[in-house]
Amino acid sequence: MSEWISESLAPPGPLLELHGVSKWFGEVRALEDAELVVGTNEIVGLLGDNGAGKSTMIKIVTGYHRPDTGTITWKGKPLTHLTVQRARDLGIETVYQERALADQQSLWRNIFMGRERTTRLGLLDVGGMRADTERLMVDFLRFTSQAVTPESYVGSMSGGERQGVAIARALHFEAELIILDEPTMGLSVTETRKTLDFVREIKAAGKSCIFIDHNIFNVHEVADRVVVIDRGHTAGEFKTSEITVTDLIGRMKLLAETGTLDGRAATGAEA
Amino acid sequence: MSSVEQAPVGAPQRRSVTPSRGMSTFYRHYGLQAGTVLMAVIIWVIFVFGSSETWLHFDIYSSLMSTVPVTQSGIIALTLTLVVIAGEIDLSFGSVMAVGTWVFMSCPQPELGLIAGIAAGLGVGLLNGLIVVRFGIPSLVATIGTWFFWAGIVLVGTGAAGAGTDFAGGFTTNLLTGRIGGYVPAEMPWMMGFALLLWVLLNRHRFGAHVYLVGDNDQSARMMGVRSDHVKMGVFALNGAAAAFAGISSTLEAHYFWPTVGSGAMLPTVAAVFLGGTSIFGGRGTIFGTFVAAFVIGAIEPGIVSIGLTGFYTQVIYGAVIVVALIVQSAVRGRVQR
Repeated sequence: MSEWISESLAPPGPLLELHGVSKWFGEVRALEDAELVVGTNEIVGLLGDNGAGKSTMIKIVTGYHRPDTGTITWKGKPLTHLTVQRARDLGIETVYQERALADQQSLWRNIFMGRERTTRLGLLDVGGMRADTERLMVDFLRFTSQAVTPESYVGSMSGGERQGVAIARALHFEAELIILDEPTMGLSVTETRKTLDFVREIKAAGKSCIFIDHNIFNVHEVADRVVVIDRGHTAGEFKTSEITVTDLIGRMKLLAETGTLDGRAATGAEA
Repeated sequence: MSSVEQAPVGAPQRRSVTPSRGMSTFYRHYGLQAGTVLMAVIIWVIFVFGSSETWLHFDIYSSLMSTVPVTQSGIIALTLTLVVIAGEIDLSFGSVMAVGTWVFMSCPQPELGLIAGIAAGLGVGLLNGLIVVRFGIPSLVATIGTWFFWAGIVLVGTGAAGAGTDFAGGFTTNLLTGRIGGYVPAEMPWMMGFALLLWVLLNRHRFGAHVYLVGDNDQSARMMGVRSDHVKMGVFALNGAAAAFAGISSTLEAHYFWPTVGSGAMLPTVAAVFLGGTSIFGGRGTIFGTFVAAFVIGAIEPGIVSIGLTGFYTQVIYGAVIVVALIVQSAVRGRVQR
């Protein structure tokens, strides 16, 4: 049962695989025998109710929690002792909405936060970092407003733009897998649009993404594949090209009522 | 030919926006600094009109150049700026001045004493940082504690007895407090040197970048791999070293060591930092602003006396300056954050 997911729908040559992963917090089971595969250059949407185990899964991927059972594989190689630092070195980057940016600092200082580039004298390469930021603004962020420069304060930007800055930063530092945890929470419709466009840019840049959002419409719109988590285990998955958003909502409803995505009591593959 | 004329319709309009963008960028980045300079000029003009015989002669400036850097602890205001940008405060520097000077006075050899005194200041500063970082005590409270503690230690150690500085003789005294060309007090180039070094550290070094980030948003800085604890301990250590230097220098200027040296330093130093536009909330501030503000603060007392008011007004104005500067910053911050 634990093999079906990756074999069926994920593209060949997976970037990240979680197999049979369980995690207990004392008496509480957060994950049991959970499965997750992220393909190379694939956007995977993670759906599930509050407490279904999405964030536990993400924290395992980012090295924050160590799973009690199961295996994590990165580009085909098993990862035994994944730490936060190790995950970052591999190119797994999490983008948190409000916690990722320093509001009173300039755009370029935020892009290079904690990874400032220096010249041979040990001084900051301010010119180079500004130029790189300018390039990111044109190529990725598509900031057309003349009022925004690398010297602009991040605090003066809108929610969607800030999300874009955080994603641009991850891409600039060669993140292979970008994890977006509720990136549209609290954003207006236009700002949500902008954020979803940035998620598509991740795909265009040839990188992968795990996209978590409460809004099924958002997930269905940008993800290549949707993985459904329910009460600690992986309930199933769908290619977004093969299921309409209405059907997806119907399936989620069935899941809530019957515990399975097809309404039958048995477990099995979905497509 | 006609197609060439038609093509860039939107371009000229867009370009015309550029100058205003330049102005608003200038305003946002240098507005507070320009304001500090403007205020300095206004106060100077008032003093010149109030007492031109004082303010149009070199003597008052020579005097300010020796008192502002060390006695009024302008040099400490510069390092304290880094502490405040990092989101912390250090109120113990007055007694760290005494600790450093006491160590200096206890060394039979003045050059060695200078190094030992500054090292002692650095160590006490580091200890401040350690208390704040390891035990998570707000620096405001922690440094009030260490302020009393070290002042007490010096009083106990010296028996509250002062001593002359004749032992320091020629070289060290001249190095720190000599008169360049017979006019310019050495304290001034020292303060300029400190300012230049700290400017480079703050604006052109990774450490300074991290000072801003930690003060702005400690949590996100940590998440992005900034070693916040080290940064904070670093700024406290710097402040301690600068305090010891200022204590030794002001003692040599006075030719006498009082164990209470630095006890009056707190108000003007803190006032200079906030008047210079450094945000009490952390994440913003400049060396330039503090530098100018230190001289404004230093000029207030002689200015008030020279125009014929009683010196008691000094404290009134210091207090008012701190409160007004904080209100202005709070208003500016509200606008920046929207």
